[in-house]
Amino acid sequence: MIAIADYGVGNLFSLKSSFSAIGANVLVTGDAADLEKADNIVLPGVGAFKDASKKLFDSGLGQALINEAAKGKPIMGICLGMQLLFDKSFEYGEHKGLGLIHGSVRPISDVIPNDLKIPHIGWNALDLKKESPINKYINDGDFVYFVHSFYAAGCDEFTVATAEYGAPLTATVQNKNVFGCQFHPEKSGKTGLNILRAFAETGANL
Amino acid sequence: MITKRIIPCLDVRDGRVVKGVNFKGLKDVSSPVKLAEFYSDCGADELVFYDITASSDGREIFTDILIETAKKVFIPLTVGGGINTVADFDRVLKCGADKVSVNSGAVKNPAIISEAAKLYGNQCVVLSVDVKRVDGVFRVFAKGGRENTGLEAVSWIKYCVENGAGEVVVNSMDTDGVKGGFDLELLNAVCDAVSVPVIASGGAGKIEDFITLFKKIPKVDAGLAASIFHFGEVKISELKEQMFKANIPVRR
Repeated sequence: MIAIADYGVGNLFSLKSSFSAIGANVLVTGDAADLEKADNIVLPGVGAFKDASKKLFDSGLGQALINEAAKGKPIMGICLGMQLLFDKSFEYGEHKGLGLIHGSVRPISDVIPNDLKIPHIGWNALDLKKESPINKYINDGDFVYFVHSFYAAGCDEFTVATAEYGAPLTATVQNKNVFGCQFHPEKSGKTGLNILRAFAETGANL
Repeated sequence: MITKRIIPCLDVRDGRVVKGVNFKGLKDVSSPVKLAEFYSDCGADELVFYDITASSDGREIFTDILIETAKKVFIPLTVGGGINTVADFDRVLKCGADKVSVNSGAVKNPAIISEAAKLYGNQCVVLSVDVKRVDGVFRVFAKGGRENTGLEAVSWIKYCVENGAGEVVVNSMDTDGVKGGFDLELLNAVCDAVSVPVIASGGAGKIEDFITLFKKIPKVDAGLAASIFHFGEVKISELKEQMFKANIPVRR
């Protein structure tokens, strides 16, 4: 079973539908015990880092994720959920993340030319940098859908794919059993479903 | 590099797509779910569902349709039509919409933009504007283009973006339906005024109109159209092939 961690941030409808579409058994849950039972865990999220981080830790799901990650369970953060996997974020202040991947979240305005629009929104191509189980069904240059104004920095060692937007922005990351996508696989057509399928196969779901 | 988006728009009334469509291999041509799947498969980058239902019964059918579509179509889905309150945002977002487009509702109550942006983020709030020249001035029209609001279009768009609109759909009533190409003068003026994505609407009649749009105004992010896609006058796969050949960044 794939558990989608529901800590009151964002719309989980499409994410749940995508996993159903690839035939995975999926549960949207706010219960830490469900995360413990799950084969894989997805950490979604949209909005501001500070609020999301607070809700995640206050709900007890933050600690549950840290515990399950330590056991080697496959975990995937999506969009803000990916950013929450990192040590900290500099989105309007400095805020603590889960610390499951080393690096920090910073404004894309730090690295992109100022004539480019912010947020980085739309379809962009993945530049695959490294082998990873979640690349199993996709190819270099496949397009995925992004919406974000902050990016993961200082994490070259864990970067699986980047997307070029005036600078190579971190798109996919992996630290052993912990994965993250800056883009929205649930909104990225067949490519996105293929990424979710590959992630689901890292557990015992399909 | 971010690609230019091609967006078909479906007008939905009482659960059916309104303008008759005609595609080979598509049996139920007026099913929004089937059409959405069809467009998604042939390379549409995003879909807009426009609810033109007048009754509350029709509105319920619309949200059911939305749920069915969002279960099967995994590209960004924008919903517009009848969005007047934050509760309307909530209703369609819960059914699987990713973005909500507000038009007359923002003219009546401009605060809806900032309220929705605070709740759901700027990326979720799409301002849609119907614009027509009156005595040489770009004016905002409301109620499906029937009412001149007296607002000057570029300053209205700027105001809404400053208050949280994350994207703007600019529909030129002067070029709409004429099939002579997009309103480049209007789009230029809007692109110069705001830094959020601008979606061009109204006037496309053939593939070259999209090529001209993206070549002449590189700041435009997307082209939206309805009947030329529905009637097969422009095939999305072919349009994208031609855009690629013209060196316009495109998802294929």
